[in-house]
Amino acid sequence: MAGLHKSEFENPVIRWIDSRLPVFTMMQKEYGVFPTPRNFNYLWNFGALAMINLVIMIATGIFLAMNYTPHATMAFDSVERIMRDVNYGWLLRYVHANGASMFFIVVYIHIFRGLYYGSYKTPRELLWILGVVILLLMMATAFMGYVLPWGQMSYWGATVITNLFSAFPIVGESIVTWLWGGFSVDNPTLNRFFSLHYLMPFVLVGVVFLHIAALHITGSNNPLGIDVKGPQDTLPFHPYYTIKDSVGICVYLLVFAMFVFFAPNYLGHPDNYIPANPLVTPAHIVPEWYFLPFYAILRSVPDKLGGVLLMFASIGVLAVLPWLDTSPVRSARFRPVYRILFWVLAVACVVLGICGGKPAEGIWVVLSRIATAYYFLHFLVILPILGKFERTLPLPESISRAVLPTGGGGPLPGGAAAKPMEKA
Amino acid sequence: MKILRNIAAAALLALAAPATAQAAGGDIAFPPQIWSFSGPFGTFDRASAQRGFQVYSEVCAACHAMKHAYYRDLKGIGLNEKEIEAIAAAVMVPTIGDDGSATERKGIPSDRFRSPYANERAARAAFNGAYPPDLSVMIKARPGGADQMYALLTGYADPPAGMTVGDGMYYNKYFAGHQIAMAPPLADGRVTYADGTRASVEQMARDVTVFLSYIAEPEMETRKRLGVKVVLFLIFLTGLTYATKRKVWSDVH
Repeated sequence: MAGLHKSEFENPVIRWIDSRLPVFTMMQKEYGVFPTPRNFNYLWNFGALAMINLVIMIATGIFLAMNYTPHATMAFDSVERIMRDVNYGWLLRYVHANGASMFFIVVYIHIFRGLYYGSYKTPRELLWILGVVILLLMMATAFMGYVLPWGQMSYWGATVITNLFSAFPIVGESIVTWLWGGFSVDNPTLNRFFSLHYLMPFVLVGVVFLHIAALHITGSNNPLGIDVKGPQDTLPFHPYYTIKDSVGICVYLLVFAMFVFFAPNYLGHPDNYIPANPLVTPAHIVPEWYFLPFYAILRSVPDKLGGVLLMFASIGVLAVLPWLDTSPVRSARFRPVYRILFWVLAVACVVLGICGGKPAEGIWVVLSRIATAYYFLHFLVILPILGKFERTLPLPESISRAVLPTGGGGPLPGGAAAKPMEKA
Repeated sequence: MKILRNIAAAALLALAAPATAQAAGGDIAFPPQIWSFSGPFGTFDRASAQRGFQVYSEVCAACHAMKHAYYRDLKGIGLNEKEIEAIAAAVMVPTIGDDGSATERKGIPSDRFRSPYANERAARAAFNGAYPPDLSVMIKARPGGADQMYALLTGYADPPAGMTVGDGMYYNKYFAGHQIAMAPPLADGRVTYADGTRASVEQMARDVTVFLSYIAEPEMETRKRLGVKVVLFLIFLTGLTYATKRKVWSDVH
């Protein structure tokens, strides 16, 4: 039915806008009174942290782009100019460069939280798949961003990674030439990477919106992994989770600031302060730390095509995880065997990360093969079988029964949002 | 909890991985030095940096460019505007005259440090094919940073028995492959310090390393000062936010 939206806001200006475009009603519904499980732990901060991080990256990136020159002969110098001549340019660049690392730290923790508490299971499969798409977009964006300073690691990293596509039979070489816009990584490559590096974050924003929209349909998972049974199981998002997320944001900013101000180049590679030189190959070409586990998977296979396929499969397997894990119980708290295997997987990923940073020889090859084998075994074999045989612990009747001393019989906290904070 | 602790230890190891990966570059360990500019409150030793600038001017600048640095940057090591103007004016920089022909003019503080060679090819032609690298960000471009620079400058020695050093190459304990095209740049008394400091190889190496560390990160002191304020503010804000969180949640716990 056409007509104005019945707004509940009293401020005349807000009411006028809201009755024509109910954005205030929407915000109130989705972020004000939105019923959120009352038992989140601090691991549920990381979605909000990722959101904040994305905003920081876009904000700093826009200002960096105003001062950066995407040309093979000028890119390195323009970055150095940002560091020296642009007011607080060093701050912009260090926040942006370390922000990429922080983004991956936050998102990796977010993903492992989802793995531990079974957040990918029905009805949140699509929400999870959108998350995997976000991860892929992030990786593409980060990779292209790392090329822009046009240092030695930028150049040789770009060469190695784009060359991966040459592994595909028949079309491989043509794809690589097409990606490069020429017959080697050169100015056309830098130009298109800059263009895409600016575009992708906005695609990312779009997918993040879908991710959150899907979240607000199913509602959040929680540490118990059981469904919300009624209002006694939830709290309004504001003020309970706005303030809890704020605590996480402060701690996150502290860690971020430590890197930016006191160790801005710790996570980077010194070779990237050497201008790109197509005639000199660095002794060890290593990607940024957040790609090391994937790099280790790539190198654990003696065959180039096999390595490339396995690397892509390592992310692809996450997309189908909702159907690989056959257990009806979500949270690892009630899955004694899965809980152990989760940590084995986490260790395997850390081992892969370490191996990825080492030269592909000796013990490091053996270790990365074992870890790669476990990674795929975990998802493709163990999880489908485990769900059928694992003796899970009894699930609590409801969230409120499990976490409230009164067992959920107390007054409903539904109206707590409107209540003034007179209670000490 | 024990398993959590193990995971934390493993995660720390993973964090350290990039650093060790870099150190694997030549498997050479650089003796750690004490620098006034390391640590969260570190500052550049002005006197040492000024002596280092003298070493740079009289020794390094003959071959190495430092094209990202400006003469005005010398303010950061304690020189005043008059001194900087005089230093810049003593250099002739290439420009284009009113009639369109290439000419030279006196330098001004906003000029970049003049490169000793017109371009990389001219430098290579003069140095047997080797290129003396630009020193603007050299300290950041090596895994060992300042320690590596100091080690390299003091690392010249006679080659060990049985090792033959290539024609026009020099043995250096701290250079990857131990053969470097740069002749030993420093020798005792190579420069005469105005402040009377004895110009030993170690002293000059230390001073020029301090100077180049400043040139690589002219923003470092500002960055760390701002960082201390930001971190103190964030600690305060974290406390405040956590107290608010406790209060907000007090009616549901």
